[in-house]
Amino acid sequence: MTYLEAIADGLRHAMRADASVILFGEDVGVYGGAFKLSKGFLEEFGPSRVIDTPICEAAIVGTAVGAALVGLRPVVEMQFADFISNAFTQVVNAAATSAYRAGGCVPMVVRAPCGAGTHGGPFHSQSIEGYFFHTPGLKIVMPSTPADAKGLILGAIADPNPVLYLEHKALYRSQRGPVEDGLTIEPLGRATVRRAGRDLTLLTYGMMAHRSLEAAERAAAGGIETEVIDLRTLLPLDLDTIAESVARTSRALIVHEDRLRGGIGAEIAAHLGEHLFTSLDAPIARIGAPDTPVPYAPPLETAYLPSVDRIYDAITRLARW
Amino acid sequence: MTDDTRTEPPAAVAPDLTPADLERLYHYMLLQRLAEERVVKLYQTGQIVGACFTGWGHEAIAVGAAAALGPDDVAATLHRDLGARLVLGMPLGYYFANFLGRTGSPTRGREGNLHIGGLGPRILLHTDFVGGNVPIAAGAALGFTVRKEPRVAMANFGEGTLATGEFHEAVNMAAVLRLPLVLVCWNNQFALSTPLAREVVGPLDVRMAAYGVESCSVDGNDVLAVYRAARDAVSCARTGGGPSFIEGRTMRVRGHSEADDASYVPRAMIEEGRRRDPVERFARHLAETGAATAARLDEMRAQALAEVDEAQAWAEASPPPDPAELEHGVYCEAAPWP
Repeated sequence: MTYLEAIADGLRHAMRADASVILFGEDVGVYGGAFKLSKGFLEEFGPSRVIDTPICEAAIVGTAVGAALVGLRPVVEMQFADFISNAFTQVVNAAATSAYRAGGCVPMVVRAPCGAGTHGGPFHSQSIEGYFFHTPGLKIVMPSTPADAKGLILGAIADPNPVLYLEHKALYRSQRGPVEDGLTIEPLGRATVRRAGRDLTLLTYGMMAHRSLEAAERAAAGGIETEVIDLRTLLPLDLDTIAESVARTSRALIVHEDRLRGGIGAEIAAHLGEHLFTSLDAPIARIGAPDTPVPYAPPLETAYLPSVDRIYDAITRLARW
Repeated sequence: MTDDTRTEPPAAVAPDLTPADLERLYHYMLLQRLAEERVVKLYQTGQIVGACFTGWGHEAIAVGAAAALGPDDVAATLHRDLGARLVLGMPLGYYFANFLGRTGSPTRGREGNLHIGGLGPRILLHTDFVGGNVPIAAGAALGFTVRKEPRVAMANFGEGTLATGEFHEAVNMAAVLRLPLVLVCWNNQFALSTPLAREVVGPLDVRMAAYGVESCSVDGNDVLAVYRAARDAVSCARTGGGPSFIEGRTMRVRGHSEADDASYVPRAMIEEGRRRDPVERFARHLAETGAATAARLDEMRAQALAEVDEAQAWAEASPPPDPAELEHGVYCEAAPWP
């Protein structure tokens, strides 16, 4: 099953299991979604549960908040993650503060196809997790494999809090893998070790999990054993799994597609510096995108994205420190 | 009792209100007025540390619109609609506890003034972005439609909201999907210091009709006119007619908040607004029509005042939050699903 099919499979199982799970957004019904992820959903679940909306991201997220408050479990789609900036206040001010302000639980999932590598240019390629990582009350997940794509969409729907579910467009059809049948819920908040290793810890997620694994295999040919941890849930971070690994390997490399400045890697590095300083044998290293919008032309976009070569170089440099 | 008729809703039927219903409307209007008088005193004597907003002069819209809702209907609220919340079942003690930052309020001191949402199933999440509350109300209406429940969502907002993008998005979507939504616009002529003419061009009800929603404009200081319009709108929503818009024309007779002296508002407008005071007008109407004697009105006032005293005392007896609670409750606790 592909990554895209796995998301759809999870969503379909959730909608079959519970009539309060609904899907709405731009072009999700008749057209089946811009990426055809919800193809067949309108036919199976009908127009009262699979709803095409006008172009109105703020109202889409806002209505999801309202529907969640009266007991539904809405899943809404931002056609591209970039478009969620139009709905920023509904995510950070309405949904995310609701529990703390005693406004009630908002079990809402915002699906957002994100990431570069598909030549989408500045407004169809963004990584948006950094904007929302600063928000208390919100959860953010980003799967890298088909199994996690399904487990985490179900975990996001099962969670009683607002969840930003980031699905990487470049993984939609490039990743295939085994996916279990049924309601295979993966609870949020747990990182996973993709590759065990003793020499350094590489912390990553999303598309970069695949590039990191490729770089780690290449480094292994030279005798460097890298432990690759896929964070999966970005907010809240699984700091226990991160700390346990780094305390053991004494070296940490953080790789993400999002820009470095003020990003998730910066937070992880600060945490490790504060809490594991005496365990570290080398400076914490980070790889991410430069401080530019996402460019369109392939030579620029390729240079923008962290490459396997860059990750490999960072692994070897860190291991030899 | 109408002394301002422009475009009353067409062929409004008699309100069909019993004397008890009329007293109920007056009770909540009076309760809002007396509670707000008290809160202003608390603010002026330094006992309220944050901002202090009132709905002074807007009691007819607050109470008249909410009174038209059925027992399972919900509302998205405004920072001036105490009367509406009381009609919907919010205990008055929460109002004082929230202003005073006490744990007796459901917000437990995390929110101030009238920012209390999530009260049982009837009062929706409140945010300070009033335009942003309209999609939330539309979402509740969407939820009722999905579940095929004959329930209605109401949104209270000021005329300044018509300038916001989220209001437009939500009304457009509600109209397209024919959601059971009632939009109650409190046109009090000013958005902080900005007068209506600098907020929106043209009559509000005409603009809103162009969205494809039922639209009317009523005297917002006449509780029966508001009630009638809201009852028709609620009925339209409940029977599949889609969203409606009601403009209640009123006047903000105090500052935006109690920190604002409203010196930019022409005196004549404030004086005219005070002359049309909705609470006094309705009391007069009840006396003139024989619905309530002067003695009964006095009795009701004493009773409302006693409720205010009791609510204030309850809130003051409620402890302030413990700083150890600071980081509690950011997330909802997991409940098993499905």
